[in-house]
Amino acid sequence: MALSQINAPIYEALRRFRRMRVVPFDVPGHKRGRGNMELTEFLGEECMSVDVNSMKPLDNLCHPVSVIKDAETLAAEAFGAANAFFMVGGTTSAVQSMIMYACKGGDKIIMPRNVHRSAINALILCDAVPVYVDPDVNNTLGIALGMSVSQVEKAIRENPDAKAIMVNNPTYYGICSDLKKITELAHKHNMLVLVDEAHGTHFYFGENFPVTAMAAGADIASVSMHKSGGSLTQSSFLLMGEKINSDYMRQVVNLTQTTSASYLLLSSLDISRKRLALSGREIFEKTVEMAEYARSEINSIGGYYAYSKELINGDSVYDFDVSKLSVFTLPIGLAGIEVYDLLRDEYDIQIEFGDIGNILAYISVGDRNRDIERLISAMSEIKRRFGKSETGLLTHEYINPIVAETPRKAFYGDKKSLPLDESAGYICSEFVMCYPPGIPILAPGELITDEIIQYIKYAKEKGCSMTGTEDINIEHLNVLI
Amino acid sequence: MELWFTERHTPNVKFSIKVDRQLYSGNSEFQRIDIFDSKEFGRFLTLDGYMMLTEKDEFIYHEMITHVPMAVHLNPKNILVIGAGDGGVVRELTRYSSVENIDLVEIDELVVEVSKKYLTTTACRFDDPRVHIFYEDGVKFIRRCEDKYDVIIVDSTDPFGPGEGLFTKEFYGSCFKALHEDGIMVNQHESPFYDEDAAAMQRSHKRIVESFPISKVYQAHIPTYPSGHWLFGFASKKYHPVNDFNGVKWSMQEIRTRYYNPRLHAGAFALPNYVEELLKDVE
Repeated sequence: MALSQINAPIYEALRRFRRMRVVPFDVPGHKRGRGNMELTEFLGEECMSVDVNSMKPLDNLCHPVSVIKDAETLAAEAFGAANAFFMVGGTTSAVQSMIMYACKGGDKIIMPRNVHRSAINALILCDAVPVYVDPDVNNTLGIALGMSVSQVEKAIRENPDAKAIMVNNPTYYGICSDLKKITELAHKHNMLVLVDEAHGTHFYFGENFPVTAMAAGADIASVSMHKSGGSLTQSSFLLMGEKINSDYMRQVVNLTQTTSASYLLLSSLDISRKRLALSGREIFEKTVEMAEYARSEINSIGGYYAYSKELINGDSVYDFDVSKLSVFTLPIGLAGIEVYDLLRDEYDIQIEFGDIGNILAYISVGDRNRDIERLISAMSEIKRRFGKSETGLLTHEYINPIVAETPRKAFYGDKKSLPLDESAGYICSEFVMCYPPGIPILAPGELITDEIIQYIKYAKEKGCSMTGTEDINIEHLNVLI
Repeated sequence: MELWFTERHTPNVKFSIKVDRQLYSGNSEFQRIDIFDSKEFGRFLTLDGYMMLTEKDEFIYHEMITHVPMAVHLNPKNILVIGAGDGGVVRELTRYSSVENIDLVEIDELVVEVSKKYLTTTACRFDDPRVHIFYEDGVKFIRRCEDKYDVIIVDSTDPFGPGEGLFTKEFYGSCFKALHEDGIMVNQHESPFYDEDAAAMQRSHKRIVESFPISKVYQAHIPTYPSGHWLFGFASKKYHPVNDFNGVKWSMQEIRTRYYNPRLHAGAFALPNYVEELLKDVE
C-alpha cells in the first residue's frame, strides 16, 4: 500500500512492536522501565515502553531501509525536498552536517557573522575558512538583520573559490534575507546554498509566510522541528535538494551522530510531520493570529515596540516572520534581559530570551488566549512599576568582528588565560556569547577589542546568561600566545 | 433511584448532594455549565463540576464579598465587578442608592444567560440601569483602566481554568492602577484548610501584599465550599478595613442582610492562629 501523509511509519511500527510483547535481552537496560521504577513513575510507562533500541522491525537511523526510510520519504514530500533525514542531535548536528558536507579543510564558506555557534563549531571540526559577510544592522533596535544581496555579491567576487554560502533564515528575531536571489547568485558561481532554517519550520506548512529554503531552490536546510513544529526537544530535520548526494550526506551525518538514536525523538518527528502536513495551515493561522493580537496590544501599552513587517526594506529585511513576537524594550528604560528577568521573577512568565534591547516571546499553537492576556498585562505592569527614562542604556547588540585566525587554528592553538580587562589586542581562542540566543560576541580566532570588553561587562551586569568560555564566571579569556 | 452530585474537595475527600433533577447542562467556549435542583440546598450551579453557588447558602458569600468593602469606603460610586455572572454581587450592589455605576466583566456570556433563566434569586438585577455588562477577559479589561473605580470586587472561580488569570500579580497590579487613590479591591481568596487550597490562598495573598499597601484577609462560613471555611481578601490603598469602618453609618442605610452586620464585620477579620501563620509566612 502506498504511504501518504496520514501515515507515520515509525510511530505505527512502535505501536505494532509494543503489541508483540517481545522479551528484551538487548539494551536499554531499564527493560521497558521495569528496571528503573522511579524514572518510570516520572516519565510514564507508555513512554518507557517505546524507549527501545534499533532492531529489524524498527529500522536503524544509521542505515535506514524500512520504516525510518519510509518516514524520511514522507518528510521529504511534506517539506518539498528531494531527501530528508531525521536528526536526533538537534539542529546543531544538522548545521554541522551541512557544513561538513560542503567543505573540507581549507575550503572557504561565506556566512553572516551572526550565525549560531553550531556553524562556527563545524568550522573548528572541518577546518573550513569563514568569509564573514557583515550583516546590516538596525541601529535603533541594535539587532543584526539579514544578508544584503550586494554584500553577498561582493563576498562572491572577492572569493570566487568559496564552496558554499550559508544563510540564517529567518533570524531568531524573525528577519529574512532575499533567499531566492542569494541562491541564484550562488548557483551562478557554483556555490552550494546552506540554510540555517532552525526558526522556520512553520514556513513549510502555514500560509503567507516568507519563502522556504527548499522552495527558493537552496541545496540544504536545517529545520528545528522541535521549535515551531511541536516535536520533542533535540529532534530536527535535515532537508536536501536535488543536487545533494544523500548517500554521502548520510556518511557525513554518521561521523558525529549517535548510533543509538532515541525512538522517542524519532517518533516525535514522525508524528509532528504528519500533524503539520494534515493541519499545519490552521495551526499556524491561529499562531499568527495570537502573535498579531499580542503585538498590537503591546504596542498600545506605549514605550514598547513590537516590530513586524514595517521593518521590510527590500534587501537586508526582505521579509518578516509575523509569528515571532519580538519586542524592543529600551524606550521604557529597561534592557530586554531585565524585562525577561522581571517576567519570570515577578510574574511567573518564562519567555524565550532577552538580550540588551529586545525580548522574544515564543508563540505557538500550545498557547491559550488567556496566557497571551497575562503576558500583555505583565508587560504593562512592568512598565508601570519599573519603567524609567531611557538614558544610560547601551543600544547596539551587534559588533563587527575582526577575524585574525581560522576558528580551528585558534581553538587548537597554544593559549593562555588573561583577565578580561587585559585581553584587548589579543586573539580570542574561545567563544563568548549570551545564551539564548547563542550568537557569538567573540568566536575563536577573533581580535578582542575594548568595545567588545565593554559590551561583555555590560551584558554581565544586566544579568545576561553568558556561556562559551572555559572560565564560567567570564572574568578571564583564553587568548592565543 | 438515587442521583447524586459529587465534587472532590481533595483526592481523598468527597462532598455530595442528592440531586432531585438536572435542569440544564451545556458547554460554552470556556467551560461546562450545569444547573441542578436539590431538596437540601435548592437549586445550584456548577462550572466544570465545581460548586459555584446554591440557593441555600449563596447569601453568605455574596453579602460578605460585597458589604465589607462597601461599608468601609466613604463614598463608593463607581464599582467594577469581575466574574459574578450569576448576578449575586450585582444584586447586593444595587441595594446601595449611592452607587452610580456598576461595570460587570464576565468572560462567559452563557453563564449570564443560564443564570437569568434558572437562577432568578441571584440574577435578578441585571436590568438595573446602572449595570453595564462586558463579556470580556477580566485581565484584558482591567489593563486599560486607570484611576477609574472606587471598589473592585473580584468574584473569581478557582485558580485553575478560565479564572486563573484573576489570581495573578499582573491582574492585582492592574486593579491597583484601575482604582482611585482611596480605592478598595476585594477578592475571593480560597480556603486555608486543605493543603492545596491553602497553597493557592498563600500564593494569591503574597501577590496582593506585593501590590497594595494595605492587605487583610477575612473569613466566612460557607457550607458548600471545600471545608466550609472560606476567606476573602481586602486590599486597599488608604482605608483600613476595621479602623476606618463606621458601622453606624452603614446601618443608617437600612440595607437588610441575613449574614452581614457591623459587629460581624469587625469579627470576620479576627482569624484563627493557623490562618494568621499561613498569611504571615508569605507577607
